[in-house]
Amino acid sequence: MGERLLLRGNEVIAEAAIRAGCQCYFAYPITPQAELLQHMAVNMPRLGRTFVQAESELAAINMVYGAASAGVRTMTSSSSPGISLKQEGISYLAGSSLPAVIVNIVRGGPGLGDIAPSQCDYFQATKGGGHGDYHMIVLGPSTVPEAGQLTMLAFELADRYCTPVMLLADGMLGQMMEPVELPKPIEIGSLPKKEWATDGAKGRDPNIVLSFDLDPEVLKQMNLILQKRYRQIEAKEVRYEETATGDADIAIVAYGTVARIAKTVVKMARAEGIKLGLFRPITLWPFPSQALRKLSEKIAMVLTVEMSAGQMWEDVRLAIAEQAETPFYGEMGGVIPTPQRILSEVKKHAG
Amino acid sequence: MPVDVQDMQKIFARPDSLTDAKSTYCPGCHHGILTRIIAQTIDELGIAERTVGIAPVGCAVFAYRWYRCDAIQAAHGRASAVATGVKRADPNLIVFSYQGDGDFASIGTAESIHAANRGENITVIFVNNQVYGMTGGEMAPTSLVGQKTTTTPQGRDPKLFGYPIRFSEMIAQLEAPVYVTRQALYDTKHIKEATKAIKKAFTNQVEKKGYSLVEVLAACPTNWKMKPIDANIHIAKVVKKTYQLGDLVNRG
Amino acid sequence: MDNSVVIAGFGGQGVILAGKILAQAGMNHGLEVTWLPSYGPEMRGGTANCTVVLSNDPVGSPIVDSPTGLIALNLPSLDKFEPTVAANGVIIMNSSLIQRRTKRKDVRSFSPALNDLARKAGSEKATNMIALGAYIKVTGIIPLSTVQTAMTQMLKKEGKDKFIPLNKKALQEGYNALHE
Ligand SMILES: Cc1ncc(C[n+]2csc(CCOP(=O)(O)OP(=O)(O)O)c2C)c(N)n1
Ligand code: SF4
Ligand SMILES: [Mg+2]
Repeated sequence: MGERLLLRGNEVIAEAAIRAGCQCYFAYPITPQAELLQHMAVNMPRLGRTFVQAESELAAINMVYGAASAGVRTMTSSSSPGISLKQEGISYLAGSSLPAVIVNIVRGGPGLGDIAPSQCDYFQATKGGGHGDYHMIVLGPSTVPEAGQLTMLAFELADRYCTPVMLLADGMLGQMMEPVELPKPIEIGSLPKKEWATDGAKGRDPNIVLSFDLDPEVLKQMNLILQKRYRQIEAKEVRYEETATGDADIAIVAYGTVARIAKTVVKMARAEGIKLGLFRPITLWPFPSQALRKLSEKIAMVLTVEMSAGQMWEDVRLAIAEQAETPFYGEMGGVIPTPQRILSEVKKHAG
Repeated sequence: MPVDVQDMQKIFARPDSLTDAKSTYCPGCHHGILTRIIAQTIDELGIAERTVGIAPVGCAVFAYRWYRCDAIQAAHGRASAVATGVKRADPNLIVFSYQGDGDFASIGTAESIHAANRGENITVIFVNNQVYGMTGGEMAPTSLVGQKTTTTPQGRDPKLFGYPIRFSEMIAQLEAPVYVTRQALYDTKHIKEATKAIKKAFTNQVEKKGYSLVEVLAACPTNWKMKPIDANIHIAKVVKKTYQLGDLVNRG
Repeated sequence: MDNSVVIAGFGGQGVILAGKILAQAGMNHGLEVTWLPSYGPEMRGGTANCTVVLSNDPVGSPIVDSPTGLIALNLPSLDKFEPTVAANGVIIMNSSLIQRRTKRKDVRSFSPALNDLARKAGSEKATNMIALGAYIKVTGIIPLSTVQTAMTQMLKKEGKDKFIPLNKKALQEGYNALHE
């Protein structure tokens, strides 16, 4: 076992990216992910890797577009308003089938919002916040160690499927500290060569990175390739966790920090004789619809809890259809649903 | 000798246009001095009822609280574009934007340059404190060569991070701007000069002359990790060498 | 064991650091821990607080409705968090800055003069360490030496080595100041 260190979520994401072989990191400062940027500012140059503080998020995501085209592992990070600015670039990454990792440490919105934790960017992340028919893989860590593991996974999935992958966390996870064993670094040299990369047409035909074709039939074919890939991802990459669902009469569906708060609620409820379980999506896209549907066949009451007005709730209802009752409890603007508040919602619907 | 209050003459007062909202700035921060100067200017020109201020994202994000005039809070870097929109919608309004160096000269570069290039009849106050104050002391495009910030822990290396950007000089290259000047606030002499410059920048707009930009070298004692007094000395002795004071354009 | 403590005071009183040290000590002691700060511009001059949860089991919620402990370094912090403390919980309130007594009858409360004790230990900067020493004494959750080691680790990590001797002494003084 590795050494247990007490680290912030932001630091762990940064350190995991380094260990995943991220060679180029580009970002613009924003709260509450400042420590991520600062960790990269200190450590990337030390390792002979690239850190650039971009002049804007727009520039940062396009630097990522360039570095991804050149075939290296690359990442950018920001928080809500900055992620909005990156949307055009993300759409280009998806359209050009480029692997890249984007971290969103979400804060309360809309507009300038505040810097408190929120999950109000779920739609933007999972439904394609930019233009066009695309998806990106969206991972929602719930603890600091998991933030590290999922950062490693994000780089892997990005390369495997040639797609942008988003790590969707929030200010609470970014700011809090928890013991972690950092993931083992990968060997950058052992990564397979990216045959499509624009790394110099020496002894081969030129490689072109582009996201468009003006002929609708050709663009349709390009879209079909993407859609085929999305179906593969949906078939293979769904991840979720169930806690105490075996004998549950009621289940909470929650992701990220809300899910970990809900774990405490499961204990509290059970101490009072309420058979509460928890279903936690880990991949937010692809959403674990089938597993949730299955769960709803044995649990009649499925309460969605989010730090939003009910964005994931739409996916929950799509998955469950009329199979179970699907009430909702949400907080907005950076207000955190505390264990007590969630418990009293549970009690409203239990029995 | 006891003095009767009635005999006392009021020689210094809070400008009417300055609200009594509690300041959010750190001790020794120049944002505060600048705020007062602007309020005083609005008073002197009697324009409070037709002034609209555009607040940035930065330590001055609450700038809409400080003045007794209408105000809009803009997205980070876009204040000059928002100012353009307001001014074009109603040219009789007096519109000023108040922007930090990250806001104006980094993320807002395109909007800043193009508002100037169109010669928008607005007043821009550009606060150059060589650092991102609000987000935790990161490098700004204006940071000095060798300056230690949280994202340049070894000091700004121009090979990796470029040189301090002289944004006002860039704007001064354009045809349209009528007034571009760089001022400072580190002593009373300079405060007086900056006050004159700001009054001129607003007067130009009242007289429909066109785009005016006042860059102000400002202290951020918190992120510079200096005592306020040392921060003032630092501007006088060091910062001024990179950023020369004075008018760059004066077509008024 | 399930211990959760809110440490609160003015920005600059070192509550964030005290929390980090407690969390580090908890981890070194083999516990599961979380440390959650209040963050953002509110820290500039305003009040600051952090929540530390220490448990034998993996920690679910890092925020707690009813902490089992409160360390209030100033009056606004006491006013804000006093009502939230769990029954039979512990309140350490800084009588150097807080003149009133606790309104709660169902908690164990202690009112050491933290600033005065810190001054005696060498500097008021160590008020947070006096408080932390006192807290571990009355709760008995972690041995003093473990906390002292954690403090050393944390200050080294933050490049504040020169404060280690002062803080070590302050932890000890805080520990000695209370009985139970
Ligand atoms: C799109 C976007 N990106 C980043 C931020 C975070 N942010 C807030 S203020 C700021 C920079 C502030 O620096 P400056 O403009 O120099 O103002 P100062 O605080 O120094 O006065 C940044 C990057 C944001 N709010 N929105
Ligand atoms: S951080 Fe700097 S710029 Fe911001 S209020 Fe404090 S001194 Fe002023
Ligand atoms: Mg600045």
